[in-house]
Amino acid sequence: MKISTDEVAKIAHLARLEVDASQKEEMAEQLSHILGYIDKLKDVDVEGVKLSFGAAFMNNVLRDDELKVSPGPCVTLANAPQRDEDFYIVPRIVK
Amino acid sequence: MEYHELTIEKAGKLLCDHQISSFELTSALLDRIEKYDDEINAFITIDKTMALEQAQKADQDICDNKILPLTGVPIALKDLLCTKGIKTTCGSQILNNFIPQYDGTIVKKLKENGAVIIGKTNLDEFGMGSSTENSSYKITANPWNKAYVPGGSSGGSAAAVAAGFCCAALGTDTGGSIRQPASHCGVVGLKPTYGRVSRFGLVSYASSLDQIGPITKDVKDAAILLNIISGNDKMDSTSAKVDVPDFTKAFDLFEKGSLKGMTAGIPKEYLSVEGIDPEVEKVFNDAKKILCDLGVEIKEISLPHTDYVVAAYYIIAPSEASSNLARFDGVKYGFREKVCDDLIDMYKKTRSKGFGPEVKRRIMIGTYALSAGYYDAYYGRASKVRTLIMEDFSKAFDACDFILSPVAPAPAFKISEKIDDPLTMYLTDIFTLSANMAGIPGISVPAGFSSKGLPIGIQMMAKSFDEMSLLRAGYGFEKTINLDVRCKM
Repeated sequence: MKISTDEVAKIAHLARLEVDASQKEEMAEQLSHILGYIDKLKDVDVEGVKLSFGAAFMNNVLRDDELKVSPGPCVTLANAPQRDEDFYIVPRIVK
Repeated sequence: MEYHELTIEKAGKLLCDHQISSFELTSALLDRIEKYDDEINAFITIDKTMALEQAQKADQDICDNKILPLTGVPIALKDLLCTKGIKTTCGSQILNNFIPQYDGTIVKKLKENGAVIIGKTNLDEFGMGSSTENSSYKITANPWNKAYVPGGSSGGSAAAVAAGFCCAALGTDTGGSIRQPASHCGVVGLKPTYGRVSRFGLVSYASSLDQIGPITKDVKDAAILLNIISGNDKMDSTSAKVDVPDFTKAFDLFEKGSLKGMTAGIPKEYLSVEGIDPEVEKVFNDAKKILCDLGVEIKEISLPHTDYVVAAYYIIAPSEASSNLARFDGVKYGFREKVCDDLIDMYKKTRSKGFGPEVKRRIMIGTYALSAGYYDAYYGRASKVRTLIMEDFSKAFDACDFILSPVAPAPAFKISEKIDDPLTMYLTDIFTLSANMAGIPGISVPAGFSSKGLPIGIQMMAKSFDEMSLLRAGYGFEKTINLDVRCKM
């Protein structure tokens, strides 16, 4: 599988990453190399095989719907990089 | 008596008998860290005051006869485990100022059992790596030879135990991150069954593969820690509701009947893996002989999909990572790039500056594998191959109690030898990834040394929730081989 620099740009956007022009070539090469190795999965006959998403027991886990005290904004917002009292500050999203 | 050589078991006994105090022990280990950690770089964060306060409290508890299994025993934690009030970086710049507001379940359990938290250890960023070179803070050295890597991603924890900076440590294992560094550093590393230990408060890398487990100076300590950290937790819906036996009973089983009646399987596919170092092969063959002499029946078994494990893993783990790490967006916690055009630009700049190259690479692979048009070909197919790998193991355990294998194809490599070649680095995980894919437990026990004096371990894997067999066989092996794994510094 060959990944182009355009594809690198597209994947980076989906992943919310910036890959600057100088790194695109190297990233494209590395991803092509890794995905090239991964292509060997095509040799496995998976006809009729079900998908596995892990070894957890696939049972529903329920808990009682109890009212609990919230830790409150001084705890939940303690690590906010930018805040205004009880609110996170983000760049303007309404033009 | 040397403080730095004390295991949990020995330290516990001395503390209990009032022969030493936790304050003395903790101070001695903190001094040792101060003296040697500039060269080893095992720790990212040490909170001396907090550690010594916990030690003093433990001493008071001992005086009051309130003695729990870890009272006063200094334990180190991989810096991927949330600790209330202590910076938790995950080895990443994106969390360089993150101070958790709560203790993860396992940290809570250690504290409830009297442990002293001596520090937070270095790791490959978010657990992504096999050498601890991918930390954005420092490169940890192997205490046996500082030019070599300690393995990874729990390299800081394994190096801290080997260097005698703590009695034991906790690591996390997503594809071998406990077992491989344990092997490279001459210590014991146990990855429990998926679901045996709560993951609440463990920063997620790949949720269907991650498990917390002990890294210790001997097999007994691994059982002691496993007793404490195991069990269902309402805060982690994937933690299993199964009985937790007393794992230290495994040693009585050995003392009573050697290892007679146990069967070890050796996958024929493992013997033909390309690039196995002859020294690793020799240690493995010697280990096989020791187990044989202890009464273990050795059988050849088959894991037919071995050749596809690395490929399937490096789709599944990065896919889960790309989803899990989406939470680091510069809004709720951690680093944020201040100069930006708009929200999307802020996300991109924050993440690009905050994450290191290997994390970005895995996020990119995962994003690609999950993107429209590629899902079936990559993630879907890898998840089906995972089913086949799980079925291989399930069939294999019909014929044996545990599977014996090397931990890594070669002893520790030199720092910066492989860092520029990610795929070669991924391929070194061949023997350890399967246990995470299948959810089964695995242990690494020291088994010998290379001609350069670097430790080499062997791995045993058992069926789900049968850590007891691993501890029994591991203990029997350790007692019989009687290797001196004390690292001279």
